[in-house]
Amino acid sequence: MTAEPTSARSATGYDAETLASLAADAAEIKGRYPDPRSGLLPMLHLVQSVDGYVSRDGILFCAEQLGLTAAEVSAVATFYTQYKRHPNGTYTVGVCTNTLCAVMGGDAIFDELSDHLGVGHDETTDDGAITLERVECNAACDYAPVVMVNWEFFDNQTPESATRLADRLRAGEAVAPTRGASSVCSFKQMSRVLAGFPDGRADEGVGAGEPTLAGLRIARERGWTAPAPAQAEPEAPAGTERTGEPEAGEAGSSAEREPTTESDVAPGGKPGTPGAGPDADTGVDAEPSSDSGTATEKGSTDE
Amino acid sequence: MSEPSTSVLTPVLTDTWDADRSWKLATYEDAGGYEGLRKALTMEPGDVVQAVKDSGLRGRGGAGFPTGMKWGFLPPPDGGPRYLVVNADESEPGTCKDIPLMLASPQHLVEGVIITSYAIGCHHAFIYVRGEVLHVYRRLQAAVQEAYDAGYLGKDVLGSGYDLEVTVHAGAGAYICGEETALLDSLEGLRGQPRLKPPFPAVAGLYARPTVVNNVESIASVPAIVARGADWFASMGTGKSQGHGLFSLSGHVTRPGQYEAPLGITLRELLDLAGGVRAGHRLKFWTPGGSSTPIFTDEHLDVPLDYESVGAAGSMLGTRALQIFDDTVCVVRAVSRWTDFYAHESCGKCTPCREGTYWLKQVLHRIEAGQGTEGDLDLLLDLCDNILGRSFCALGDGATSPVTSSIQLFREEYQAHIDGGGCPFDPSRSALFDYTPRSRRTPALAGTGGH
Repeated sequence: MTAEPTSARSATGYDAETLASLAADAAEIKGRYPDPRSGLLPMLHLVQSVDGYVSRDGILFCAEQLGLTAAEVSAVATFYTQYKRHPNGTYTVGVCTNTLCAVMGGDAIFDELSDHLGVGHDETTDDGAITLERVECNAACDYAPVVMVNWEFFDNQTPESATRLADRLRAGEAVAPTRGASSVCSFKQMSRVLAGFPDGRADEGVGAGEPTLAGLRIARERGWTAPAPAQAEPEAPAGTERTGEPEAGEAGSSAEREPTTESDVAPGGKPGTPGAGPDADTGVDAEPSSDSGTATEKGSTDE
Repeated sequence: MSEPSTSVLTPVLTDTWDADRSWKLATYEDAGGYEGLRKALTMEPGDVVQAVKDSGLRGRGGAGFPTGMKWGFLPPPDGGPRYLVVNADESEPGTCKDIPLMLASPQHLVEGVIITSYAIGCHHAFIYVRGEVLHVYRRLQAAVQEAYDAGYLGKDVLGSGYDLEVTVHAGAGAYICGEETALLDSLEGLRGQPRLKPPFPAVAGLYARPTVVNNVESIASVPAIVARGADWFASMGTGKSQGHGLFSLSGHVTRPGQYEAPLGITLRELLDLAGGVRAGHRLKFWTPGGSSTPIFTDEHLDVPLDYESVGAAGSMLGTRALQIFDDTVCVVRAVSRWTDFYAHESCGKCTPCREGTYWLKQVLHRIEAGQGTEGDLDLLLDLCDNILGRSFCALGDGATSPVTSSIQLFREEYQAHIDGGGCPFDPSRSALFDYTPRSRRTPALAGTGGH
């Protein structure tokens, strides 16, 4: 309750203590980046860790911290699905209903849960325990169908296992994800971790589930390995041939000639540009073309 | 045992995953971790870049652009900062390799980040991981901290005089942020929307400074290339697709999971190892590299899974996300759902993608519901024609892949939905458990799939 000088200037409704603590965390966040504005996403996670969603106060707080308008912050907050526009339940239960999980049973799981809990997508149970969501592919397709609780993995689910899980969450029991911490934390605690403040639980849980190890198990059984390192290159840590010397990774080095030349060519004439060939590009991992150009791929396809 | 027969699988990244507490630095060091960095620090940065060029490593995030060449595009140092940004925003449907890698053995990535940063003259690197994987974020943060504590990060790395800071940054749910320029905008605290290129990130990336953006698996592959040699890496794989890669099998396959093999392995070989398609069923269609890559059928079982061969067969290697669908799956349902995804994830910046994916979704929904009309298939193709190559980034292009390829391969199945006034498939048959579908019409032609 100590009156912080900043609170006087803040348009938020936070009390002085909350504001001081938020401001201290925000300062740490800003310090991680060359440009403080990069801290906006973590800062929005931070306000969710206090309010349980991106509140009006949270938006004003971020705006004040970064010298932005509330509209500028809102524009960002509304773009990303993890930022909630209304108070979230203690647990977000997300059922993957992207194609693969959906056909493997995700649709049935979502329907069952929705029926069981009496809420639809992005709705919260009356007791405030669970917010149900349909979620997109969460990179666990080899464990389909997948359910996420506060973004921890619950693999290989069925309608029965999912409703049991939901019941336990509502009863306040500790539940353990298949791959994750030894118990699921609350939405607010999760948000604080995502804001970049570790909760010390990284060493809990397994390193991998069976599907993750499927290929490795076979390789071990059959004695398959990657080729032995070439005889030529002696392992000696001492930089053999290409000595030259470190020269401090400083500048000078990566300048290297040839690339420079290529660069002159490539950036400009890089295909991958739309218009170019049909599907030249993309592929994409988490994306449409993580590796820009993709000049390479094209040429193929196109009938 | 050392290579009794030819090794079909070649564990390099996966090699440390079955160890006790596999994610710890000590475990990684016991397995030879950080030898690559020690060696790199004795080399000229430019020689490290050259080694990666020589290895033939190509971007493992989907596009397959040569990694070393990408590094080489950075302009000569001008005294200002240069950045490495790791794209750990894995979210292409079907893609599930980077997340298990970072959960099981994040030090592969951290060591790769340090070597790469040294090679390109970067002193502050960022790992942008999607926000929807809480424990992976915890593991990454802890791994980076362990690296700091051991002297691999921070001031004067291993006494070399080289300084490096690494920041692990959590996204907040947006597929488009996997597109490298959208990722950069997001990392700058903006809405994640793609930027016009050129300038490419190599010239004007993060904070308008020269920046390299690479996928997790690409960067994680660097330490072994440096430690064991470019020739070693290039000895695996085919022609222009060299090295090892993670192949992720999912869907109706007996043992789904991660299989690390030289590029060029075929789906037939992989299915063999994975116990085949779900018992009692046949392969109907599959994606070679995620939902944005045109689908294949059982006619493509022997296509070598390398960039060139998959391309020549009409699709793309993408992220080697092999989603297997058996004869119980309705292709219209599958494509309709992927299209929902693209419509939902379209960032809204450009009209062809924003409006186009919206209309694709409407038309597919009505076909799936048995309310399609005669001209709908041509309408879909026309829509795709107006999205592909006319969108601002590859998201729009990717959205058309499943639609056009599935109509080409399964036109009769689409037609059956229109003619029959409904979906001929029983959705419960594709699930892994028994259940009674709710609010679904009785399938008119249940079980007719798969021919």
